[in-house]
Amino acid sequence: MANHSALFELVRVRVLLFLREPEALFWVFIFPVLMAAALGFAFQGGEAPTARVRVLDGDGASALVERLSGAPGVPLELEIAPVAEEPELRRAITSGRIDVLLLPGDDLELVFDGQRPEGAAARTAVELALARTAPGAPLAEATLAPMQERGSRYVDFLLPGLLGLNLMSTGMWVIGFAVADLRQRKVLKRLLVTPMRRSSFLLSFLLARLVFLVMEVAALVLFGALVLDVPFRAGYVEFLVLTLLAAFTFAGLGLAVTSRAQTLQGASGLLNFAMLPMWLLSGVFFSYERFPEFLHPFLKLIPLSALNDALRATMLEGASLTTLLPELAILAAWAAAAFVVALTCFRWR
Amino acid sequence: MDRSRRYRLRRVVGETHKGAAVRVRGLVVRYGALTAVDGLDLEVRAGTCMGILGPNGAGKTTTIEVLEGLRDPDAGEVEVLGRTWSKDPQGIRERIGVQLQETDLQRKLTVIETLRMFQSFYREKRDLGEILELVGLTEKRRARVDDLSGGQRQRLTLGCALVNRPELLFLDEPTTGLDPQARRRVWEIVEEFKRAGGTALLTTHYMEEAERLADDLVVVDRGHVVARGTPMELIASLGATGVVRYAPRAGHEAAAAAISEAEFLALPGVRSLRVGNDSRELIVHDTQAAVVSLLGLFEARGIQLEDLSTHRPTLEDVFVALTGKQLRDG
Repeated sequence: MANHSALFELVRVRVLLFLREPEALFWVFIFPVLMAAALGFAFQGGEAPTARVRVLDGDGASALVERLSGAPGVPLELEIAPVAEEPELRRAITSGRIDVLLLPGDDLELVFDGQRPEGAAARTAVELALARTAPGAPLAEATLAPMQERGSRYVDFLLPGLLGLNLMSTGMWVIGFAVADLRQRKVLKRLLVTPMRRSSFLLSFLLARLVFLVMEVAALVLFGALVLDVPFRAGYVEFLVLTLLAAFTFAGLGLAVTSRAQTLQGASGLLNFAMLPMWLLSGVFFSYERFPEFLHPFLKLIPLSALNDALRATMLEGASLTTLLPELAILAAWAAAAFVVALTCFRWR
Repeated sequence: MDRSRRYRLRRVVGETHKGAAVRVRGLVVRYGALTAVDGLDLEVRAGTCMGILGPNGAGKTTTIEVLEGLRDPDAGEVEVLGRTWSKDPQGIRERIGVQLQETDLQRKLTVIETLRMFQSFYREKRDLGEILELVGLTEKRRARVDDLSGGQRQRLTLGCALVNRPELLFLDEPTTGLDPQARRRVWEIVEEFKRAGGTALLTTHYMEEAERLADDLVVVDRGHVVARGTPMELIASLGATGVVRYAPRAGHEAAAAAISEAEFLALPGVRSLRVGNDSRELIVHDTQAAVVSLLGLFEARGIQLEDLSTHRPTLEDVFVALTGKQLRDG
């Protein structure tokens, strides 16, 4: 009986303290939405931009321009540039001011930057234009149809990633920081001389976390659905199970990482050290498939990768719990390991 | 208003312990190569206040932390309210109240929220309105800890230590850093607790605090007890009736320093000599004779004094005589 009331009080205190921390409210609720808004608008789909092509002056330059401008269904921005400007034009490709530089001659040379998506797209457009204007062009009938379907745009890829990122960073920061702060100011030591159960104390952080989880997830999902038109095809059970498990996992990781940190600075360093790889490797902003193939099995095991994969599968494709089982298992394993570490290594003073 | 009538000594939950509240035998605590507590013995009778005096680093806080269950001893027996930490830790925690030396509370909670949280940990729960009144924070109940003065915050930590109607209260330097008025208010709360039959264990730097609150004292130095007794007994153990302190005027220091210890001790009424940084003190058993002969000696040497004062021996003098250190190191 006494312990129920203790747990309730501890959770209440955590919730109150969180509500009285305006900065924390900003980082948890406002910042992710702002980030989604900025990235969502920046990468919003739309007409494929017209490729900006420069043709270096010389033999056949004007003939080439005439030929390309006559290509059906491939709009290009074409201009002839003086030979002397070649070095400057090459730099313009690197910085993205133009997309393609054509050097006419016996062997037509096509200069572009394959690292940028616009560069690769422009190269394709130029090649298509050349193919369509070649004698007996086989592709003359094809038209360009850029993907515009909901669920396949960058913003659709991004939003579940941001949600995952938010679940991770809020979980780890809020809990790791609060515990390190209590330890540094010796509040933990004072609690230790009371009959308070250690488990109630740790559990209170998790339960308080859940109170805000609902609001935090809802803010981002609603913003995505209403403003960015990101689809939400997840089943409610699947989505609930996944976000709850994720919240527990990252809360546990936050506790584990900071279980011995004596100062706030120490805790903040450890948290950053643990989270930075996940920011980069877990497919938040771009798919981890871009890393070399042999790394994929390992990258998939990172908790945030598992969460992001599962969030995308359920939010965009409506995947069921059975489909999500591998990711759920990875998260559960991390959660279990984190709590074992947190409970055995936890420093109360 | 008589608050003591409101204080119910008998706890609702469990039996009140009858024998010695604290029993420590041969306590040893080491930090690596350093032995912080070195064979300390201590017994606190139920219903009394025991004061532990000692210079910084004497092992006071370490001892108290062992008694609070925060630290494991390397050797020795420790019994708190008839229980041991290894067998019945929750039983002890339920029955003690603790004010740590530097407790910080959660600053964005209010007074009442803080008390309610602490109260929730215990099976025995004292009415919070009663606690607020006892520590004089009824009007501040909705104020955040952040907005309290140092004295109010200290009274709140004391309130947190009293929410479970403890049989034994640990106070580790409860008034350090407080102004005299705030200090007196803390003392009144502790006296209230004592009047109701509570047992307290106190460490302090302040002699006035020890004299006012403690029934028994131990002086601790380098990890063990160097003297014990009531404040009166300890003062009497000096065998002196007064302390004479003098400081030579500028330009006369060398001449004054040239007087040998033997010359001082040869003066009538003088028992011993103590040399400080900027003053010297004579422990005397006949103040009048000592002052007269001391002034005669200075007169004969042509030494002029900046200052001369006498006082009755205090615990501070006992302390310096025993440990050779000032209580408040600097």
